[in-house]
Amino acid sequence: MSAPAIVVVGAGPAGVAAACRAAGCGRRVVLLDDNPAPGGQIWRGDRQQRWLARLADSGVEVRCGTTVSGLELPGATTILATGARELFLPFPGWTSPGVTGAGGLQALIKSGFSIAGKRVVVAGSGLLLPAVASLVRKSGGSVVLIAEQTSAMNMAAFAAALLSRPEKLAQSAEAALSLLGVPYFTRCVVESFDGGRVRLRRGNAIFECDTDYLASGFGLVPNTELAALLGCRLLAGAVEVDEFQQTTVAGVYAAGELTGIGGVEKSLVEGEIAGLAAAGAVDEARALFGRSRRARRFSAALNRAFALDGGLRALPRDETLVCRCEDVSHSRLKGLASWRQAKLHTRCGMGPCQGRVCAAAAQFLYGWNDQSPRPPVFPVPAGLLADPGSFEGEPT
Amino acid sequence: MAERVTIFVDGRPIAAERGATVAAAMLSAGIRAFRHSVSGEPRAPLCGMGICFECRVTIGGEPHRRGCQTLCQDGLEVSTT
Ligand SMILES: Cc1cc2nc3c(=O)[nH]c(=O)nc-3n(C[C@H](O)[C@H](O)[C@H](O)COP(=O)(O)OP(=O)(O)OC[C@H]3O[C@@H](n4cnc5c(N)ncnc54)[C@H](O)[C@@H]3O)c2cc1C
Ligand code: FES
Repeated sequence: MSAPAIVVVGAGPAGVAAACRAAGCGRRVVLLDDNPAPGGQIWRGDRQQRWLARLADSGVEVRCGTTVSGLELPGATTILATGARELFLPFPGWTSPGVTGAGGLQALIKSGFSIAGKRVVVAGSGLLLPAVASLVRKSGGSVVLIAEQTSAMNMAAFAAALLSRPEKLAQSAEAALSLLGVPYFTRCVVESFDGGRVRLRRGNAIFECDTDYLASGFGLVPNTELAALLGCRLLAGAVEVDEFQQTTVAGVYAAGELTGIGGVEKSLVEGEIAGLAAAGAVDEARALFGRSRRARRFSAALNRAFALDGGLRALPRDETLVCRCEDVSHSRLKGLASWRQAKLHTRCGMGPCQGRVCAAAAQFLYGWNDQSPRPPVFPVPAGLLADPGSFEGEPT
Repeated sequence: MAERVTIFVDGRPIAAERGATVAAAMLSAGIRAFRHSVSGEPRAPLCGMGICFECRVTIGGEPHRRGCQTLCQDGLEVSTT
């Protein structure tokens, strides 16, 4: 019998780096992801990517199209790299067709949606907005404007922090250059969307414009459900880890956006450390601590620069839906005291997405802090359950 | 050149590139309503990454499949709800 496989959940940069480094130590590695192909949010389907090429040669057993519910995880060493999702905040009209997430539109374009000839307003917050705008233009669409909720001052402080990271600065400069001619408004938010007409507020000024699509996202939130189910302690919405990326549960490691939003470099270095540490290559892991500390500093500056303005809480009107699965409106939720009460009285968060969209929004809008995951009901392929110790089930 | 496949959405043929998702192909074809919500609102993909379930459609007779997580295959039958 060979040593039990190391199981990595999530095939984004963090999971791929972890899997490659653990396999490089001679360990058998199984990498699971619910998307149709490895790459996570950023490399979605990009075959040119260096790490994905490395993964293909690594001997790692890759199983895509597999959602891990947590219940079938074997006692073997596990590395969680489940990444992050977008934070969507409700405003009048946000449930209309034509409104997507910011990263949502990016993901749809990367998976084959043709935006050529369409107008797009990009709104919300964070570094994702210029990245999405740049992709829209490259794909033949036009960007009407970018509405960023944070202030120019916060952005300037962030730019100063970037100066210690020349390669990051180059990346942002590139994005900025390719956007030449696209209005980028700070302190600007979408107040409503109605049949292709967008109403925006910038400071005290209100203005309107027409668009085919509105791509709106307010930054990212870690996908902590699986980690929480396994009993890992969370800290401020992210999984708590030590320098070796070890969570509070023995044998369970976490890496990437899951441990705090910080971008692709943080995900890569944390993934490498987790893979090495899980395979027992402690000294090699330790050699990467400097890089991971730098990535964390960048992450902290990023989160300060794009901190959400409290004024965003005033966007939903009484009739604006907060839970899109069960169509629960703001008026039915705003007087309640907790997430638990909301679920009990309104079915908020009880639909197919299980609160993955509305829970983070509700936490921001109402300050509820009692969200706890319930075991997901996603189907698990039988092959995965057949022999959890060795993961010898049918490849998917 | 990417290979083209044809899927059928509510009986209507839609051309797509192999490797594109069902959601992407439907949006490119101008389809606005993927499903109707419990109060009857039309809905379309929000997250593009399998989280929100707004893109759910019936695929090959199987209900509640996420269009953004399913790749187009020649002859695939899709219906909106
Ligand atoms: C929509 C979106 C768009 C983004 N676009 C950019 C960009 O253009 N540029 C940029 O620098 N950064 C972008 N980011 C930030 C991005 O998160 C990081 O740059 C990087 O991809 C993080 O890597 P990761 O490995 O930590 O997580 P991810 O790349 O998010 O990978 C996590 C993977 O785990 C999978 N997963 C999650 N839960 C489960 C489960 N239970 N079972 C099985 N699989 C699971 C996910 O499907 C995903 O493939 C984006 C983020 C989002 C959410
Ligand atoms: S668009 Fe959100 S799950 Fe498909």
